[in-house]
Amino acid sequence: MADFEVPELKEHIEIPELQEGAMAHSQPFVSKEQWQQPLGYPGELVENWEQAALDKMGDLLGKYRSFQVFLDACVKCGACTDKCHYFLGTADPKNMPVARQDLLRKVYRRYFTFAGKYFPKLVGAVDLNKEVLDEWYSYFHQCSQCRRCSVFCPYGIDTAEISMAAREILDAVGVGQKYCNEIIHKAQTLGNNLGLPQPALKDTLLDLEEEVEEDIGVPVRYPLDEKGADVLLITPSADFFAEPHIDGLIGYGKVFHQLGISWTMSSFASEAANFGMFIGSYENMQRLALRIRKAALELGVKRIVFGECGHAWRVAYSFLNTLAGPFDFLDPNYPVPQHICEVTWDAIQKGQLKLDPSANDHLNVTFHDSCNVARGSRMGNEPGGQFKIPRAILKSVVNNYHDMPRETICESTFCCGGGGGLLTDDLMELRVKGALPRMEALKHVHDNYGVDHLVAICAICKSQFTKVMPYYGFEMDSILSLHQLVGDALVFDQHD
Amino acid sequence: MSILTVIMTVMFYSASAILLVGLGRKIYTYAKTPAPLKIPTTPAPVTQGGVVLRMASEVVLFNSLFKSNKWIWIFGWMFHMALFAVLARHLRYFTDPVWWWVEIIQPFGRYGAFAMLIGLLGLWARRIFVERIRYISAPSDHLMLALLLGITLTGIGMSFVSHTDIVAVKSFFLGLMRFDFQPFPADPILIAHITLVSLLMMVFPISKLLHAPGVFFSPTRNQVDNPREKRHLSAWAAELPNEPTKSS
Repeated sequence: MADFEVPELKEHIEIPELQEGAMAHSQPFVSKEQWQQPLGYPGELVENWEQAALDKMGDLLGKYRSFQVFLDACVKCGACTDKCHYFLGTADPKNMPVARQDLLRKVYRRYFTFAGKYFPKLVGAVDLNKEVLDEWYSYFHQCSQCRRCSVFCPYGIDTAEISMAAREILDAVGVGQKYCNEIIHKAQTLGNNLGLPQPALKDTLLDLEEEVEEDIGVPVRYPLDEKGADVLLITPSADFFAEPHIDGLIGYGKVFHQLGISWTMSSFASEAANFGMFIGSYENMQRLALRIRKAALELGVKRIVFGECGHAWRVAYSFLNTLAGPFDFLDPNYPVPQHICEVTWDAIQKGQLKLDPSANDHLNVTFHDSCNVARGSRMGNEPGGQFKIPRAILKSVVNNYHDMPRETICESTFCCGGGGGLLTDDLMELRVKGALPRMEALKHVHDNYGVDHLVAICAICKSQFTKVMPYYGFEMDSILSLHQLVGDALVFDQHD
Repeated sequence: MSILTVIMTVMFYSASAILLVGLGRKIYTYAKTPAPLKIPTTPAPVTQGGVVLRMASEVVLFNSLFKSNKWIWIFGWMFHMALFAVLARHLRYFTDPVWWWVEIIQPFGRYGAFAMLIGLLGLWARRIFVERIRYISAPSDHLMLALLLGITLTGIGMSFVSHTDIVAVKSFFLGLMRFDFQPFPADPILIAHITLVSLLMMVFPISKLLHAPGVFFSPTRNQVDNPREKRHLSAWAAELPNEPTKSS
């Protein structure tokens, strides 16, 4: 099945012995000029790349306090060393968060600090050369920017910030990653990561309407580009056709239908995911975010709601107001943006949705906290709402629910292994190995409580699990969208 | 003035100047560098008061470290808390009359030195024997522990083994503060202690000791989780073009 060894699932998560260089060969396909140029980056490694890289590093040090403080503050205490799912799955020491940061920090020290300039050997500072650059390309594409390390660091050092900066430096010298940059280019020109044009979207959604009506006998609508709707739904483009994503989209439509909310999607902004964050580019992230603002203005909506998507929700919740605000033209009675889970949970609490959890009695489920929802965003008014609300919804729509072990959920959740711009087939070994801790936690509830399905609220998690679960002996369809279960449990009013 | 007094005087003044200027510059850099995006590690406090509590639990209790690893936490926390007691105790050499609370904490500071010692030895043992931590250690990480251990041991030596002339020590330091120079006692342990402390003060602003001011500026810990309610915008980001798609 694979040309690498799939790790064995253990009873508990074990800290592996170091295997130096175990993943040194792992690197994604390099981007080409056609995707580099439109994003504002050189098409290939520039001639004076050493200087260009250092200039970019200096630029970022002046622009991001996180980058400056995180490079200085680490004391090498070792608290983070056993926290990264890629380290736990690969045993490569450079996948320990601090060691990953050090790949960049040792160059920072060499050129930007007194100690590194005059006593490089003492503080582990090194010259920037091609070998270092290659190592950056390899190992900064073995970080899914999940922020788990930052939870456990006494100074809150977030390796995601370092890997974003590293990728931005790599882009600046002309060594971008094909997967991310091609997708950003598509989303910036066509409106979504998959490059689906408006007519294709329209057809897909019409088919979906037919299918749903055939299935449940209720004329649920999946509107596109309808001016004057109240809600603009921004959802990951995978929701338009991938499994199990599309079942989630079907569920959002059912909820809106039952609540009588007029809504629409936008072909211009038909993508929730914002890959600009993965490459650390404020500018590219902002260009994508501004499409959402423009769509909201043109369609004249009153609210913006996001579908199930992890990093997308982080960018939406934490950054959208910064990147594309202020949203003073929207209805001030609702937060901007809202998560579909907030809409659904609010309605459940008000008794506006009649739910029959026995409709899902054939399932025994657990909930996977998506990393960027868990540690980079919030839902509702209280800290931790991002853990409580999806679980509360889930428990209203199923009868069989069990949490995975405490140290693998909520703020300590393990990434699916495919986040942060790594969901590409050229990184399959990394993705499979990175999923190990999550698979071990799933096996635990499977063996102890008979859990057979994992529920998620992130497009990347869903795609990743579909692909990697079979490596660990789980069915590929044992991953489900939360709103699929909501939709299936929903009892429609008879009057329409 | 003896040559020893001149050397110690110059050294302590220089160390103080390097510490203050170096640290001041770093803190200024941290303070003026913008944090363009809201990146608190969530769940995070939703009010400024909540952030103060979160920060307090980090710097007083080492909350995140506690969640992470109980061994590093116990050694690290023990070392740091004892260090503060010991530092506070040392105020008696710089104040006249000695403040009442400095009097009260004298025994804590005196015996705290042993807690420092245990903490440092524990941390060093982990750095040597835990494979993962050994891997991430540079020579400077070991030297820093050696330096702190040297300071602790010479301090313990003067307190418990071979007492130094603390009346003379105090008049030397009060003299430094009043530009009324007094002789430095020619005690080898004291010379070693003060030399090592001066060295520590000098490397502070150019080393990982910057974690001390750094933690207060860490955006993942000091930001309020309110991005939807309050628009957060940095100066450089405000100047970017406001157009959705790049014209290329």
